[in-house]
Amino acid sequence: MRIVVASGKGGTGKTTVATSLALVGGASVRCLDCDVEAPNAALFLHPVLDRRQEVGIPLPRVDTALCTHCGKCAEVCQYHAIAVLGQTTLVFPELCHGCGSCTRLCPEGAITEHLHVTGVLEGGMTAEGLEFARGLLQVGEPMAVPIIRELKRWPPLRRPALEIWDAPPGASCPVVETLRGADFALLVTEPTPFGLHDLKQVVGIARALEIPAGVVVNRDGIGDRKVDAYCADQGLPILLRIPMERRIAEGLARGRSLLETAPDYRPAFQALLAAIQDRVNAEYAP
Amino acid sequence: MMKQLIVLSGKGGTGKTSVTAAFAHLAAQSRLAGQVVIADADVDAANLELVLQPQVLETQPFQGGQVAVIEQDTCLVCGGCAEVCRFDAIIERDGQYLVDPIACDGCAACVYQCPTESIRMEPQVAGKSYVSESRYGPLYHANLDPGQENSGKLVTLVKQRARLRALDDDRQLVLVDGPPGIGCPVIAAASGADLALIVAEPTAAGVHDMQRVLGTLRHFGVPALVCINKADIYPEGAEEIETSCRADGVATVGRIPFDATVAAAMVAGEAVTAFRPTAPASLAIAAVWELVLASLEAPA
Amino acid sequence: MKLVISIAGDNLQSPFDARFGRAAAFCLVDSDTGAWTAHANPALEAAGGAGVQAAQFVAGLGARAVVSGAYGPKAYASLSAAGIAMHLAPGNAPRTAADVLALFNAGELSQAQAATQDGRH
Repeated sequence: MRIVVASGKGGTGKTTVATSLALVGGASVRCLDCDVEAPNAALFLHPVLDRRQEVGIPLPRVDTALCTHCGKCAEVCQYHAIAVLGQTTLVFPELCHGCGSCTRLCPEGAITEHLHVTGVLEGGMTAEGLEFARGLLQVGEPMAVPIIRELKRWPPLRRPALEIWDAPPGASCPVVETLRGADFALLVTEPTPFGLHDLKQVVGIARALEIPAGVVVNRDGIGDRKVDAYCADQGLPILLRIPMERRIAEGLARGRSLLETAPDYRPAFQALLAAIQDRVNAEYAP
Repeated sequence: MMKQLIVLSGKGGTGKTSVTAAFAHLAAQSRLAGQVVIADADVDAANLELVLQPQVLETQPFQGGQVAVIEQDTCLVCGGCAEVCRFDAIIERDGQYLVDPIACDGCAACVYQCPTESIRMEPQVAGKSYVSESRYGPLYHANLDPGQENSGKLVTLVKQRARLRALDDDRQLVLVDGPPGIGCPVIAAASGADLALIVAEPTAAGVHDMQRVLGTLRHFGVPALVCINKADIYPEGAEEIETSCRADGVATVGRIPFDATVAAAMVAGEAVTAFRPTAPASLAIAAVWELVLASLEAPA
Repeated sequence: MKLVISIAGDNLQSPFDARFGRAAAFCLVDSDTGAWTAHANPALEAAGGAGVQAAQFVAGLGARAVVSGAYGPKAYASLSAAGIAMHLAPGNAPRTAADVLALFNAGELSQAQAATQDGRH
């Protein structure tokens, strides 16, 4: 079973919830940090990252001896990442999406591909024995999605019984790529107008992907009650509320997981995990 | 001379938008009154409008990327499209090949390989962009439909239109609320900026992400300042940020304390500095604004 | 010589547009005879790579020189590869394409020796 923890708005406590769920899930859990632009789960899980793989985009390389400047590559490229001008064929790496069309369609076979590294995958085990992996987008590189895609494809060390994935914030392609194929979307929000606005965006994605969803209200007590009203109206279950507590905020600031700072939350997260599992099982029951 | 200021954070939820809204309010009270164009470049999570209460004057559909569409009548079900697709966007279901429009990257590789020319590319409306008049000046903003891609393109569009407006009206400042992260939308939003203010958070995650966004700005040659929000949650973390910035030659321009007034202002739909000007967070943001302004106006 | 001027409009009297990749249109002028045609910029709505696409388009028009206000790194690399000379006209004063043509003919426009702006704006 794969649970993706998402939020829309950043900083609502996605990583806090994802890592806490992973920690109560036991040793058969694999936790993936798919927020490749700002990956933080490792700061709370403290894995020993001893696996590493460079990933990126297959970039075309033109053999000038074979190229006839016919322009086919430029014609098929939807990203204008390859251009033929006079007797020169230019490749613009930062525009290339690595689709392979130019290489495949070059009539002279003058194009080959080589990996343009845009990020790295790292993985390892935590002291609790759970498997962890993350992607890191290289600074200055624009495209997060290929890193997430490769992270999803990276073979686990062992078959996990439960996958907990931490999604990036926002509501565009990186979030969609993370949510695709999930069994459940756990949406963490805060009870403020910003939290609600962005929650609606990510609910829209979960609906479009037909993934059942539930909500965690973090920092409960700040703001207003409109998230509750929205969830009731949309039939979205609120599965957990975490009140605004200074000791939790301070603990997280120091890099301590929620359960380290507040072990009294353990039963609540165990109940949350059980509730999600029940919902998923009910969803897929014959 | 027109200047562009972008507010960024790396990590989401550090208070970027609350700071931007306060800046818009403070600018409207200062000698920059009537001189500012505001742009919300966080199009995935466009929250500035919740505080600036804009009157929308103009709405335009935003054409995002294109997606492949398979004509089932002429499709031979050969599977060539699924083979060439590197985005896992072509799915076989019940003896048919279908395109998952959300996964489709718009590369058209499938179009070029199809032996019966049964695949075409269709543009998609991916969101809307708006021109509004807000309480603190013209606001350029947008909404990306959930799950759409190309937010970098929409960010570029919003920012370009704001910039052109500033040039047309001869306004002095384009104030941009940036997206979180370090990828495509951030690069699109930050390029061409004269100055970036990073709203950092004194948390383990906040420090880590601030360093990544500073790296991105350095890569693209945009000068940066850092302010620390919710600084008193973890003063040691605030010191760590200041030390790290000093080592990198980046100036820090103030600490903003944790203050429940910020959330209350958000609920009231107001900038915190307008909602309660004497609240600790408001006073601290006003001090940050003065330093940012001085840095923006200093000769390069 | 065939010259392209970036414009915000559809004729020789249209305002000069100081952007290259994102210019609304291009005015193709024969600097010897003054005969002109206007061409919408196909790169205007491009998600990325507007400079590359515009450069390919201008090269396809057979231009030997361009006048614009700024060239991004990709546009610069593309136009250089095509052997097209890049001239600079300042965008800060209102000018028509005809004004720009007169400046060009008078030899008053300098050539860009490198990309003059970052590529994404």
